[in-house]
Amino acid sequence: MFLRTALLVLRKDFAIEVKSREILYTTLLFALSCVLVFSIAFVKEGEPLEDAAAGILWIAIEFAGTLALGRTFERERYGETLRALLLAPAPRAAIYVGKMLGIVVLLAVCELLLVPLVALLFRSRLFEEPVLLLALLLTGTVGFAVVGSLFAAMLVRARTRDVMLPILLYPMTVPLMIGGVRGTVALTQTPVDQPSAIMWIVLLLCMDAVFLVLALWTFEPLMTE
Amino acid sequence: MTADFDAVSLIDVSRHFGRRRAIARLSLTARAGDILGLLGPNGAGKSTLIGLFATLVAPTSGEVRFGDHPARSLGAALRRRLGLLAHELHLYPELSARQNLRFFGELYGVGAGRVEAALARAGLEERGDDDVSGFSRGMRQRLALERALLHDPRLVLLDEPFTGLDDRAVGVVSDRIRQLAAGGAIIVLATHDLDLAEGLITRVVLLRDGRLVADEAAAPGLRARYRRVVGGA
Repeated sequence: MFLRTALLVLRKDFAIEVKSREILYTTLLFALSCVLVFSIAFVKEGEPLEDAAAGILWIAIEFAGTLALGRTFERERYGETLRALLLAPAPRAAIYVGKMLGIVVLLAVCELLLVPLVALLFRSRLFEEPVLLLALLLTGTVGFAVVGSLFAAMLVRARTRDVMLPILLYPMTVPLMIGGVRGTVALTQTPVDQPSAIMWIVLLLCMDAVFLVLALWTFEPLMTE
Repeated sequence: MTADFDAVSLIDVSRHFGRRRAIARLSLTARAGDILGLLGPNGAGKSTLIGLFATLVAPTSGEVRFGDHPARSLGAALRRRLGLLAHELHLYPELSARQNLRFFGELYGVGAGRVEAALARAGLEERGDDDVSGFSRGMRQRLALERALLHDPRLVLLDEPFTGLDDRAVGVVSDRIRQLAAGGAIIVLATHDLDLAEGLITRVVLLRDGRLVADEAAAPGLRARYRRVVGGA
């Protein structure tokens, strides 16, 4: 029942996005613009600033993710459909998980374009350890989506939601961003610093687990007015 | 746990939003077969009361009971027996009428046959694959009503169900509400339209400033009674 509900919500969000393509296009455009602007600033005469690629990759993911979170939950505000979801005889936490998975999928699509672009523009050796890179991106993205979806759902009826979301979200996701950036730096070293990269992946995994447990625990009481 | 019930009670319920008091020490029972009209001016607490019945708003004090059980002990099993048509219609405008009904049908474990029947009752068979964003307010309202009733709820909460409906549709919806009540549903209907309420509701609950000022059997002369007790209208 839990997984079925989460997948139903994910499928519904996917169906809406396939029709409108609004969030995917805006998120992608924003993320790509972000990387391009940073590449102009940080690549001088073909030589990028050391380790800049890692920071820029994760900044682009975080900013694009914030945009996606806002738009995804704005859809649930229009027509108050989030209330309808909460009224359904399904575990309320499953609705949260469905929304969160939608953000993960959306960011994963963005990352499919972002990572090669960052590697190209910053001459970064991001693909030296593709499996570790995938694990790092997955754990970082899931962590961001877990925290972000909870705050975005909480703020869906607040008038100041567009201001409050980054104010709440960015301080909470600083540890995730540090993990993502340091892990990526380890993966782009020559030679690749595998032990460090694995340590950051494990740390991110632990943070994901903690955040997910807290989010599942608090979602229902936070959503009941 | 089975969560069927034949009465819903608010027992000394208050609800505050910050320092604002939306509902003050209100007690009320609605029983199967009732069409209970919640009437009152803007800000009287009708929508908050609907939220309390729907378990979407928790009381600051007091208790909401469904049959013999407090609301919080029933959870998802209780929500299966609730149907809510709110002022906002709980529809996804980007999806078609059929996709909306199918999605909510699946959430409630309702089969495709019922979805098609609901689409027919909403008079939208031929527009079933059109996006809801292209519908008139009346069409959306009919669809939203069928969405709320898709799972055959025991407690039907209707917040301004006649908004945007033409004369014929008002008649159809009124008949549908009467049928539901005759079938054992508990109907709670919040409206400002006293003319439509008269002749449809079987009980009148008048609210003013979050307080219950009258709870009585419906009788002719609703507007005069409303003016006397609440003022205005």
